[in-house]
Amino acid sequence: MARATYEPVIGLETHVQLQTKSKMFCACSADYAGAEPNTHVCPICMAMPGTLPVMNRRAVEYAFLTALALNCEIPEASKFDRKNYPYPDLMKGYQISQYDLPFSSHGHLTVDVDGESHRVGITRAHLEEDTAKLLHRRNGESTYSLIDVNRAGVPLLEIVSEPDIRTPAQARAYLQKLRLIVQTLGVSTGNMEEGAMRCDVNVSLRPIGSAAFGTKVEVKNLNSARSVQRALEYEIDRQTELLDRGERVIQETRGFDEDRGITVSQRSKEEAHDYRYFPEPDLPPVFISREWVEDLRGRLPELPDAKRDRYCEQFGLSRYDAVQLTSSVAVSSYFERAVAAYQKPKVLANWIHGELFRILNDTGIDLEASAATPQALVTVLGLLDAGTITQAVAKQVFEESVKTGADPERIVSQRGLTQIRDTAALEQAAADAIAENPQAVADYRAGKQQAIGFLTGQVMKATRGKANPTAVTEILRRRLDQG
Amino acid sequence: MEAYDLNIQEAREALRTGQISSVELTEAYLDRIARFDRSVQAFLAVTADRARSDARRADERIRAGEDGPLLGVPLALKDIFCTNGIETTCASRILKGFVPPFDATVVARLGAAGAVLLGKTNMDEFAMGSSTENSAFMSTRNPWDLERVPGGSSGGSAAAVAARMAAGAFGTDTGGSIRQPAALCGVVGIKPTYGRVSRYGVIAFASSLDQVGPFARTVADAATLLAAVAGSDPYDSTSLPNPVPDYQAAMGRDLHGVRVGVPDEYFVRGIEPGVEASVRQAIDTLAELGADVGPVSMGHTAYALATYYLIAPAEASANLARYDSVKYGYRAPGVTSTLDAYLRTRADGFGPEVKRRIMLGTYALSAGYYDAFYVKAQKVRTLIKADFDNAFADFDVLVAPTSPSVAFPLGAKTQDPLAMYLSDVCTLPVSLAGLPGLSMPCGLSDGLPVGLQIIGPALGEETIFRVAAAYERARGPFPAPSLS
Repeated sequence: MARATYEPVIGLETHVQLQTKSKMFCACSADYAGAEPNTHVCPICMAMPGTLPVMNRRAVEYAFLTALALNCEIPEASKFDRKNYPYPDLMKGYQISQYDLPFSSHGHLTVDVDGESHRVGITRAHLEEDTAKLLHRRNGESTYSLIDVNRAGVPLLEIVSEPDIRTPAQARAYLQKLRLIVQTLGVSTGNMEEGAMRCDVNVSLRPIGSAAFGTKVEVKNLNSARSVQRALEYEIDRQTELLDRGERVIQETRGFDEDRGITVSQRSKEEAHDYRYFPEPDLPPVFISREWVEDLRGRLPELPDAKRDRYCEQFGLSRYDAVQLTSSVAVSSYFERAVAAYQKPKVLANWIHGELFRILNDTGIDLEASAATPQALVTVLGLLDAGTITQAVAKQVFEESVKTGADPERIVSQRGLTQIRDTAALEQAAADAIAENPQAVADYRAGKQQAIGFLTGQVMKATRGKANPTAVTEILRRRLDQG
Repeated sequence: MEAYDLNIQEAREALRTGQISSVELTEAYLDRIARFDRSVQAFLAVTADRARSDARRADERIRAGEDGPLLGVPLALKDIFCTNGIETTCASRILKGFVPPFDATVVARLGAAGAVLLGKTNMDEFAMGSSTENSAFMSTRNPWDLERVPGGSSGGSAAAVAARMAAGAFGTDTGGSIRQPAALCGVVGIKPTYGRVSRYGVIAFASSLDQVGPFARTVADAATLLAAVAGSDPYDSTSLPNPVPDYQAAMGRDLHGVRVGVPDEYFVRGIEPGVEASVRQAIDTLAELGADVGPVSMGHTAYALATYYLIAPAEASANLARYDSVKYGYRAPGVTSTLDAYLRTRADGFGPEVKRRIMLGTYALSAGYYDAFYVKAQKVRTLIKADFDNAFADFDVLVAPTSPSVAFPLGAKTQDPLAMYLSDVCTLPVSLAGLPGLSMPCGLSDGLPVGLQIIGPALGEETIFRVAAAYERARGPFPAPSLS
């Protein structure tokens, strides 16, 4: 059977760490990044005998805000349940989570991939507490583990998607959209690399047109949206090969090996867990008034889809541009501040996803961490519009300002980058280029129009981009045509 | 009369008027403990240094003119209350050496009130038991007969008060663990309404049932002790927000117009004739005092035992999962892996009754059985509660025996867990319904105390105290056991 006859069925389970001040069930600070181990702890999150949980109301509100942004239903009543299993990073020997009455369910979000919109259902989103962190160590032949309890008890929102995702690219887009939503709401950084958002995927294959589900495999330990995409690509290939050979896919949990880009079976200790869920007796049920929900709905900020649509309408941008500009809270903020000072949104859009994204990609820094300011872009474009600098120089100057934070005007003046307006100098540079490149001259005279581009390029190089290429080309053409 | 013969009210009077200092009173108790606890074995730890410094601080406060209902009064605490800096074991090997870095809310409130901590008392391991014989360390003896059990699980606290080794004490009651030992030791004990007293810092057995309550020699003392610790606690989400009324004010009133129900089903098959006679006599006294006494039927009483022994162990199986050798307490020596550590630590560290209940509870929650056992038990619990709600539509309190027997000999029921469980048939339903229940001595049978149980509606402690105080006045003084 050819590969094209299988359809991947993908579902994502995402844990989002909520950036509340305190932990889910105690007053310890939840902001543990960079803290010394076991310094954000108290008897409650240490699970000392006799301690009891107290619900963090802000975490519940963050859960509701997220639920509303995901178009979920919020029930009249909800409760917590104990999920029982033994592990050294689970301090109480059970996790306080939610089982059959989660805080929200039946929602959806839309993802855009290559200009196509796709709707992904959200089965449910519930609250639970994070576990401690285990750090494994080796001491010669023996291994041991250290436990850092700082993370234990931090609120997590577990969001489960319907198995509506059909491609690895969609999965990645889903995660990026989720991240964007929680960032926009201010409930989480959504940063996978820092562990603020974690994702497990479930993937199965079925013959196209079939309604039944194939055997699903769970893949864990995915540290970025990109890893999710790569892991899914590998897993789909692996399952396809198995099925093509007439073998069966085994239902199991697999881990993703970042370095080798493959999934590896973790089946050796795998046993189906009986979590023995029962309602948490230390926490009364939560009754959710419609007033509370509507009050929260009124506090929702402009969500990404609405912002995207507004950019199209307000700024006349294409949907593609609008999607690029709303791809993160930092980018849309950057754009909005820039467009307030420079009323050419399409130009800004091009520079943002053309230049800015490229530079950030190359340097591997996020916009928020970079020295880029919207004012710097506006300044550069102003200089360009005024003819003070050429397009080539504008790009150089912008890149430098993004990397160093230096003011573009100072860069231009300090390095003498203003456009060469002196015609005599341009004539001289053109003459030099002609003299130094006889082959190109010959090519041009032989009819190869591209040769003029090469010569223009040489002039640009010689003038370090400060010559106006249009003017240079004109001068070269006139000189060459004249003989 | 010795200093240790003073009940709490009397001791407070003497302290207030300067007849005795807290230091003197505390020394009197420490001395009595030193003389008699070798035989009674109520205390797992006597905190003499702490007691003396508590007493000195209390005397300073008294000298400064302060007056509080427990200021300077020496008390004992069941070793289930976390006490900052003082070993707290729950009478288990698995917590031997555990020193909490915090106080239970109850302990903090008693400290703020100026009470003196004499020591931590013995109990059934993790509060699982009805005789204190399940303690990993020793058995406590009933001061009335040192060959007999004091009841459980708060046997140490009950015995300490009965033997006048403390002016009062605190314990916990999950299925009867205050009321039953109070009955067997001839003292007053009350389990308040679920949520009346904070459970923060009280080592958990069954979360939806555990409650803190006092032991005392008189009803008024029990009310004083309860008032000192009751009230909502932001650290306990199950604690009630209702204000704590003035219990003393309730206690002077007579019983005219009070409707007293007598549930048939509590006079169980197998109840000792001497117990039944004593309790019925007490009920007659209530009628003579002007109460309207009438019978009532609580149809689901017989299911309480099974219901309790599904719900409580289920919750306990989760509550005890944290004892895994990793964070505190005992770790089996020479373990070679995490799994090895878990298995051997828990095998060594837990006693047989605790293991029985963990297994039972895990089973009741497990896939395929959860609905048939745990859920079903919770549903029956609702029916049991409904029996009480219906009864309290017609009655203000219910009275019954606390225990079907007087104190039984040590070892008599240890080979038969079910026989041991039956000690609590009269107390379990009240726990399941989350209602308040008090036990007070109403007579002797073959020289051993019999307990009368007074049960109230939710937050009905005032009515219970009213009835109990009136009965106490009519009954007259109850003897103390003599210890040689």
